[in-house]
Amino acid sequence: MTERIVICTQELVKQFNTRGGTVAAVDGIDLQVRRGETFGLIGPDGAGKTTATRVILGLLRRTDGRSSILGHDSMDDTYAIRACVGYVAQQFALPGDMTVMENIRFFANVHRVGRKERRQRIPKLLEFAGLDGFTSRPARLLSGGMKKKLALACSLVHQPQVVMLDEPTLGVDPVSRREFWNLLGILRAERELTIFVCTPYMDEAERCNRVGLMYRGKLIAHGTPAEVKGLVPGRLIEFTPSDFDRAMALVTGLEGVLEVQTYGLMLHVFVDETATRQQEIQCALSAQGITCKGMGEIEPGMEEAFIGLVRRARDSQ
Amino acid sequence: MLLRIWAVIQKEFIQTFRDRRTLAIQLAMPMIQLFLFGYAISMSVDHIPTAVADQSLDAASHGYVNAMVASGYFDVVMYVASHHDVLDAIDKGRVQAGIVIPPGFDALVERGDAQALLLVNGEDLFTSQSAYNAATSVAKAHAISILMEKATCAPLAAASQSTLPLDARIRILYNPNQDDLWFIIPGMLAMLLQVQSITLTAAAVVREREVGTIEQLLVTPIRPAELMLGKVTPNILISIINLLTILGLGVYWFNVPFQGDFWLFLWLAFMYVFSGLGLGLLISTVSQNQRQALQLIGMFTIVGVVLGGFIFPRYAMPPLIRIAGNLFPLTYFIPISRGIITKGVGIESLWEQVAALFTYIIVIMFFASRAFKQGLD
Ligand SMILES: Nc1ncnc2c1ncn2[C@@H]1O[C@H](COP(=O)(O)OP(=O)(O)OP(=O)(O)O)[C@@H](O)[C@H]1O
Ligand SMILES: [Mg+2]
Repeated sequence: MTERIVICTQELVKQFNTRGGTVAAVDGIDLQVRRGETFGLIGPDGAGKTTATRVILGLLRRTDGRSSILGHDSMDDTYAIRACVGYVAQQFALPGDMTVMENIRFFANVHRVGRKERRQRIPKLLEFAGLDGFTSRPARLLSGGMKKKLALACSLVHQPQVVMLDEPTLGVDPVSRREFWNLLGILRAERELTIFVCTPYMDEAERCNRVGLMYRGKLIAHGTPAEVKGLVPGRLIEFTPSDFDRAMALVTGLEGVLEVQTYGLMLHVFVDETATRQQEIQCALSAQGITCKGMGEIEPGMEEAFIGLVRRARDSQ
Repeated sequence: MLLRIWAVIQKEFIQTFRDRRTLAIQLAMPMIQLFLFGYAISMSVDHIPTAVADQSLDAASHGYVNAMVASGYFDVVMYVASHHDVLDAIDKGRVQAGIVIPPGFDALVERGDAQALLLVNGEDLFTSQSAYNAATSVAKAHAISILMEKATCAPLAAASQSTLPLDARIRILYNPNQDDLWFIIPGMLAMLLQVQSITLTAAAVVREREVGTIEQLLVTPIRPAELMLGKVTPNILISIINLLTILGLGVYWFNVPFQGDFWLFLWLAFMYVFSGLGLGLLISTVSQNQRQALQLIGMFTIVGVVLGGFIFPRYAMPPLIRIAGNLFPLTYFIPISRGIITKGVGIESLWEQVAALFTYIIVIMFFASRAFKQGLD
């Protein structure tokens, strides 16, 4: 293992025993997160992101495989991991009846941050998180975005080398989401913090250095956002048909059409070649009396790539 | 390690004091319970509403009824004509007991085979028992006083009499009102202290799990044992305050004399609190939510009270049940509590119970810390 790899998993498996049998929430994933990068674990609800994160942190016992952070095994060296990793759980998990200040002090104390450092760090962190005006407010009375920022501040108080954030912008408005990501950007730039983030949002995936796509417990693709987007074959055509349902059925059957995705009232169609296929689709639709607006080629985004890859994984399973 | 425990203790205290209402309930509840129970129990045994069917209406019958009333156990609320009317009054719930005195009571007492009938509503165990006990002891006392009277008047006649003039077959030393509370309050103290220590701890841990904050705690370097110790500290304090208030109420309000060594008692009670804390932790690890925990606590309390000897004496239980009683710390502490408070004995007469209690605490703490999970699954 090289020094540059911070988080590493090999064939990691986590099964839950439920009444209906065993469920593999994490089903053999291999991933590597490098020092200083922002890694996004992307996946739909129930993909197993939270479970994977918890197993890597040593909060859940793994069923099989290996995982480690900074060379510390998740199961055997949990306390070594806890000293150098910060974690923000998916749901708000700070004591809600304690104030902002009490919360951050508590986490500083359990990490045995000395008095002097505490006095320096806490005001800085609060200012950084934009919470300096709310120090005496009980945590449960904070807005959704502020709660997340407080959790982030608490997870940073012992100056970890790695932070693992589980859907840190869940239930947060777009403005606060942007603010939150700006904070992460600052952390990455100033402290060279390694950031591991779980998210179902594609726009957030684009902000990561590298991403892993998780689906039903498996890692179906990984790489830089550009690499992942490149995994989907073909070019992408976008248009708005006048009769959505019929147009979709019609286009799906055409030659050279690789995949059709819906996007609001628009259709996103992957084709093997742009110019001729665009022509053919237009002809086929107008033959059925369907007009379409705004047809043109676009760059496939994370979202299209993601849907395409998930669909492919589902078909092959 | 100490720093982390201290951090958890601070957190727990902040949270405890923030929820003022719950804290007030936790502090006041055992006192209120003791107050209510103390009265409910002491009132159920005396001033039993009673009907009297005096078919003699002579000096002996008056004397007997007066003796019964004077005992404080019976309040004559109605006079009726016959045995039948007494039954009727009990059936209708107007009285709980009835005294039927046969005709010619004077003569019967003189001859030495007077029998007054006491009818008691058996629906209520406590009433019937205390009525029964009181009636027999009053009859006996009364009979002796008649005998003494006779003896002073005509020593020879009395001496020749082999039986008491009034029937009193069972001999119970009964010092009504007080004895009861003397017996009950030390047991109640043991019970309330246990309920309190189990509930506080189980609730505190389960709540943490239910609202999910346990996840954020588990990713810190806090060790499970440290978390455990930190979490129970405020509960120890609350339990000690409960202990002192209950004891104060018992001694100063209910006039239960504290016969033994106060500091010995306090020290043993303090240790006893740990058994409840351990049980609370154990319950919290097997229950997924607060409702389950409360159910378990409820079950534990009721069974513990029954098997622990709070109400029914343990020597009267079948062996298997008695063994089952050993699962409850109440079983060990009730004899300690009664021994020190009521009997005033020292550790030399209690060492068996004390040793058992300490063993119990060690075992329960061992299991609790084993079961107290490090992870989320
Ligand atoms: N304790 C558990 N017992 C049984 N099954 C579980 C448990 N925890 C998670 N699962 C199952 O494992 C799968 C993955 O869950 P997980 O919470 O890891 O997904 P996720 O990607 O984080 O989803 P979300 O976006 O909804 O948070 C789900 O199907 C879930 O039902
Ligand atoms: Mg999740």
